[in-house]
Amino acid sequence: MEKIVYSKEQARELYEKMATIRYFEACIKHDSLAGEIPGFVHLYIGEEAIATGVCAALRQDDMIESTHRGHGHCIAKGADVNRMMAEIYGKETGLCQGRGGSMHIADFSIGMLGANGVVGGGYNLAAGAALANKAVLKNDKVSVVFFGDGASNRGTFHEAMNVASAWKLPVIFVNEMNCWASTTPYRATCNVENISDRAKGYHIPGVIVDGQDVFAVYEAAKAAVERARSGEGPTLIEAKTYRIEGHFVGDPELYRKKEETLKIFQDTDPLRIFRQKKILPDAECNEIEARCEEAIRKAKEYALSCSYPDAESFMKYVYVD
Amino acid sequence: MSIKTYKEATWEAMKEEMLRDPSVYAMAEDIIGNGGSMGHYIGLGQAVGDENRVLDAPISETAIVASAVGAALAGMRPVIDMRFSNCLPVCMDELTNQAAKSRYMFGGQGKVHMVVRCPDGIMKMQGAHHTDCLEAWFAHVPGLQVVIPSSPAEGKGLLKSAIRNDNPVIFFEHKTLFKMEGEVPEEEYTIPIGKARVARDGKDVSIIVYGVMVSRALEAAKVLEQEGVSAEVIDLRTVSPWDKETVLASVRKTGRVVVAHEAVRQCGFGAELSATIGEEAFASLKTPVVRIGAPFVPIPMSPHLEDMCRTLPKDIISAVKRVLS
Ligand SMILES: Cc1ncc(C[n+]2csc(CCOP(=O)(O)OP(=O)(O)O)c2C)c(N)n1
Repeated sequence: MEKIVYSKEQARELYEKMATIRYFEACIKHDSLAGEIPGFVHLYIGEEAIATGVCAALRQDDMIESTHRGHGHCIAKGADVNRMMAEIYGKETGLCQGRGGSMHIADFSIGMLGANGVVGGGYNLAAGAALANKAVLKNDKVSVVFFGDGASNRGTFHEAMNVASAWKLPVIFVNEMNCWASTTPYRATCNVENISDRAKGYHIPGVIVDGQDVFAVYEAAKAAVERARSGEGPTLIEAKTYRIEGHFVGDPELYRKKEETLKIFQDTDPLRIFRQKKILPDAECNEIEARCEEAIRKAKEYALSCSYPDAESFMKYVYVD
Repeated sequence: MSIKTYKEATWEAMKEEMLRDPSVYAMAEDIIGNGGSMGHYIGLGQAVGDENRVLDAPISETAIVASAVGAALAGMRPVIDMRFSNCLPVCMDELTNQAAKSRYMFGGQGKVHMVVRCPDGIMKMQGAHHTDCLEAWFAHVPGLQVVIPSSPAEGKGLLKSAIRNDNPVIFFEHKTLFKMEGEVPEEEYTIPIGKARVARDGKDVSIIVYGVMVSRALEAAKVLEQEGVSAEVIDLRTVSPWDKETVLASVRKTGRVVVAHEAVRQCGFGAELSATIGEEAFASLKTPVVRIGAPFVPIPMSPHLEDMCRTLPKDIISAVKRVLS
């Protein structure tokens, strides 16, 4: 593959997206621990490079299916953090008017077709969107479905890979191999070392990429997107990463040692790895981070200032009027 | 008697039944890591001296359920845990075709003795994919039994019976129940499946409930008592089979009925109760049955909207006032 030379502007955008996710999640973690967000929240800290790298290879009209750990996907696809924050707080101005919350956040205007409270719920939706775009609407949009290592054990994964391959659908399966499915280590319930190996069974390319390196992820995604757009069909990308936070905020984490996790984070933090490449000077990275921190502070202020949905609107959207 | 949480009481039920019968085993996702979604299996393998009978499963609900059906047909008594009710719809074939029908279709050749534990209900802002109460779906399926305990002692006795029972049982446990404390007998006991209990005697109105609604109904009954209303509370315990005799006896006594559940009101189990009461005790009714439940909406995440989906003591009180007027 040709070596890509990144402009400063491209690099800045990538770093800014990752930092936005990082500060967003730090804020959510804080507020959730403080009891201000009592629902279930699952954080993306440490995995920022995956959503960022993949979505950088997409157009705004491409579509993504996300997971219960979906804030990062949503930000990377271009959602407004104010309206995301308002959604997580259950406010009327939230992306889903407070009806969805963290685990069911979506922004159709930018092709973010939804987080999912049901693990493995998104694969076939992505395949369906790809089928519509390719076979019926006859455009060149692609679909991406993000999924965890644990989620690869759902039967829906295998069904979606089969139809995507059989029908040569423009779908990219992006596995976030963070080594844990909730409290269970990946290999405890699966005998296949790499999820990308599954691709062989469906006769599609399976690629492993360093999920902590945003450039590597971007390049793998770009190749898969080109393949999908040109009608050659799906790709399975396995991005190796690690779940730094508990499964959800408040997870007692009885199953692993905090020090080990912190050590892994120090060695693999995608923001640090980006800085080590020296594409941008540290001072500029610091500036970007300060900007993101401020944007998130404002997003929270915005969310707090908004009102809850009005009781009268309660039944709205159960059906199309 | 001693005070125990629901979590402790049902943990004991699991332990006692596993010690009593080597064919009982437990399987769920994350049953080892944090001891299950509510920590309700912590240390179980060790306690029964056999870690191989507490099995971690992949995120493969269809495999969890169907393997339990197969294991049951081969002679085992699996107890599987779906961690929350909205995992049930992803394995409907396994539950409603395989578990429910295998015995009947094959002319009584096999037994599907398995228990599907299933935390359900609204806790706090978990949203529409984690909060449904689906008992009516399963009460509609011949071959399945549906058990819904209301307290630590009830949970223990009913879980033990569900495990010993030779039929597939869906065992719904409201998520808020796990921390509930209550008196639990020290001695060995079981509670029969299909037998309701009069949780409180009364003469003016019958409140028919199950699961988490029992404590809410008792709370409502206390308030009503201060207002001079004597409410009887019937805890159904199991909705399939359900104890028609106890319900009808209460209805004949009071002549007024409130049926309440947290599940969506439309086509909820209350509809079955209400229809049966209308068919079989119409002459005893002084006023029409009042049936309450959640509005016909997926549970929204936003706190105020979510609150509108709960069926609380205040709702029971106003329902009682409606049947009394
Ligand atoms: C069908 C289904 N089964 C189980 C769950 C409970 N659950 C939520 S997240 C999760 C672990 C998911 O692990 P993985 O797919 O690896 O994603 P990660 O959380 O690591 O990002 C589980 C078991 C669920 N939400 N849906």
